[in-house]
Amino acid sequence: MSTLLRVNGLTKRFESQSPDVVSEVSFTVEPNEIFAILGPSGCGKTTTLRLMAGFEQADKGSVELRSRVIECQHFHIAPEKRGIGFVFQEYALFPHLNVAENVAFGLNAMKRKVRELRVDEMLKLTGLADFKFRKPHELSGGQQQRVALARALAPMPDIIFLDEPFSNLDAVMRQSTRNEIRSILKKAGTSAILVTHDQEEALSFADRIAVMNNGRIEQVGTPEEVYYSPRTEFVALFLGRTNVLKAKAHGMEAYTDMGELMIDRPSKGDIKLSIRPEHLTLERVNERNCNGLCGTVLSKEFKGHDITYRVQLRTGDCIVHTDNRMSFVTGDRVVVKPLEPAVVLEY
Amino acid sequence: MSVSKKRPPLYFVIPAVFIAAGVLLPLVYLVLRASEADWEVSSNLIFRERNLILLMNTIKLTLGVLFTTSLIAGPLAWLTVRTDIPHKKWITLISVMPLAIPGYILAYALLGMGGANGTFYHLFGLEIPRLSGYWGSLVSISLYTYPYMYLNLRSGLLGLDPSVEEAARSLGNPSWRVYGRIVIPQLRPAFLSGILIIGLYVLGDFGAVSLMRFETFSYALFLQYSASYDRIYAAWLALMLLGLTATILVMEYRLLKGLLYHRAGTGSARKIRLSKLGNLKYPAYGGLALLLFFAIVIPVTTIFFWSTRSVLGVNWADLTSTLWMSISASAPAAILTSIMAVPLAYISIRFPSKTSRGLERIAYFGYATPPLALALAFVFFSLNSAPFLYQTLTLLIVAYSLHFLAEAMGPVRSALYQAPPRLEEAARSLGHPPLAAFMRSTFPLLRNGIVAGAALVFLSCMKELPITILLSPIGFETLALNVWSYSNEAMFAEAAPFAIAILLFSSLFVGILFSREWTRS
Repeated sequence: MSTLLRVNGLTKRFESQSPDVVSEVSFTVEPNEIFAILGPSGCGKTTTLRLMAGFEQADKGSVELRSRVIECQHFHIAPEKRGIGFVFQEYALFPHLNVAENVAFGLNAMKRKVRELRVDEMLKLTGLADFKFRKPHELSGGQQQRVALARALAPMPDIIFLDEPFSNLDAVMRQSTRNEIRSILKKAGTSAILVTHDQEEALSFADRIAVMNNGRIEQVGTPEEVYYSPRTEFVALFLGRTNVLKAKAHGMEAYTDMGELMIDRPSKGDIKLSIRPEHLTLERVNERNCNGLCGTVLSKEFKGHDITYRVQLRTGDCIVHTDNRMSFVTGDRVVVKPLEPAVVLEY
Repeated sequence: MSVSKKRPPLYFVIPAVFIAAGVLLPLVYLVLRASEADWEVSSNLIFRERNLILLMNTIKLTLGVLFTTSLIAGPLAWLTVRTDIPHKKWITLISVMPLAIPGYILAYALLGMGGANGTFYHLFGLEIPRLSGYWGSLVSISLYTYPYMYLNLRSGLLGLDPSVEEAARSLGNPSWRVYGRIVIPQLRPAFLSGILIIGLYVLGDFGAVSLMRFETFSYALFLQYSASYDRIYAAWLALMLLGLTATILVMEYRLLKGLLYHRAGTGSARKIRLSKLGNLKYPAYGGLALLLFFAIVIPVTTIFFWSTRSVLGVNWADLTSTLWMSISASAPAAILTSIMAVPLAYISIRFPSKTSRGLERIAYFGYATPPLALALAFVFFSLNSAPFLYQTLTLLIVAYSLHFLAEAMGPVRSALYQAPPRLEEAARSLGHPPLAAFMRSTFPLLRNGIVAGAALVFLSCMKELPITILLSPIGFETLALNVWSYSNEAMFAEAAPFAIAILLFSSLFVGILFSREWTRS
């Protein structure tokens, strides 16, 4: 199968004096893939999405959909001619139209009978058949969300863009809506790009993730890749709690505050390492395990199925997740033991 | 690197530019006409002593009205926002009602009230002096315009953050000093915008001053144009009037600059603690009753009294034909104005830039331009470049529309703020080209705003006087025109039915204005 969407060196700034909002962004999306752009607010992820959808115009770079150029410096295909579905953060449902009319909005070219069938099919797919004649304001947040999705899916776009679609839902709704929408997208066989600042959302929703910071993409990979093998300190920190350590490397080992650690690839000299707290464990100090590198338990967060300890080391402190059977108290002398090799960061 | 910017669509830019040109072009003709004479003649016209008297009169009247309206509106705003006086909603509603009695109707009522043949003499056997000249103009304009100042001060007071005052109290200031140091300074923007509206109104007023025979620039301009046909002097007077208007606009801008007070904290605003009036509420009611007696009861009684005094009875045929003529000019103007308001409002809100702000400001400039000067400009323009338009209904409708455009802009703008731009983007992503996307997603949401704007413009046109006088076709009589010409000849009974019709339409106007204000707060 050939690549569905190809973004190449996309660049945009809003004022000629200010820095790029989106800078040299490149990635690809394959058919039937759910792709996520993850980054803190203001990192340029929404602008990237709006450039691809045609709501903003790129200064440099190009976007190709099904090998057709839809955006480059002096050539902008109008949004209505791109075949891209868009689900907005605030849903942007038409308040004067009911659910069925909203879903039918993009189906102008169809004959009336066909259009009605398509609307019904979409409503069934999204579980909204009972709400067909409701107005948007008579629906809950989660239902509005599904109408927005049904509306975007109805014209059978090549790809769907979702701009922070879950941020207006409360924590409980978010989890269930996310699962529903993922299964609707998979059932419909539509590719999608999700933009979000929520790392948990990106990890559980997407097949692949691009992590974005300051207008640039720092890493693209599967959820496991970006989580377990972050390329940069930013990616390591943004995707969850981690320990970033200064180290001196020689080959596959590095010397740190915790002692000698295995590292994931051969390096030499001063480097930075990341090791996730669940890849560490604690042992009580005794004569055998302590070679001058023990630490002190600073604090303890009991979270039911696991415990997070903050341990003071010689020049800093680190966090360690252990299961709930390990019970230490503040002030205990402990030794931190790695369970996995640490990840060498590029910068 | 070049930055690609989104540009407003051409089908909105072109009408907007045309509208702006429609406001500015006639004013250019005013300058052309004024500069026709050689410098010697012109300087004779400009530097004559009479102009100085006109200037003094105009300034005297403006300051007098501003002082009077502040004196009425200040205490009234405090009473209805900051005290525990009962029935606040009703008091507010009644206080705004004088807006329904236009200045020239009030002037007509005041004239019909006093003197040997006045209402007072007929009803109570009392002959009171007939107000006219400066005092007559001052009273009729002030009683009509004070609600503008009141509404501004009221919303200013409502918008203040009570915690700032509480902070001042906690720092050891007694309550009177809090008013002097905290409340009144913060009300300055509201006060200034009240001054702007009323100042522009006084400069533009023609009906009241002409009935009261008080010579301001507007009245002199009319006399010059209609009586002596001295068009060059009329043009110069119009330009001087425009200069005065520009001075007020610039002063307002200068004074308001940097005066925008924002609530600095994010904490939600709590209720203001109200001053307890106690037994002081009786004098407060008394003052209120006195105000309403002069502003509403007297004029309305006088008008109805005169309507029963007509020797021949009411001429219904004349009334209906006049009403029809008024509508035939006002209704098309209302529709045209709403159509013009949409592209201007859309460009200025969705594509904010220096140019779009400039275009929008021109619309407001058309509103601020004294109506007689605007009308005169249209006369010159049509005589010079479009003689086929001179003294036609079309020209009158266009002049109405360009003058009242700002009134329609308000409701359309606020409706546009309610319609997020994402809706149009959603429509585009669903395959609709730009204009179709606008028509199907945003336009339905503007409908209420457009209707409200059209209604305001319609009712404003129904009571409009100065533009109508200068631009109406021969034999074209509107309600306002009849009220003015009959009362100008002291034929009060004949004027009464037309005045009652105007009262009706302008009450509707106030009703719409106020219900919008009400739902907003």
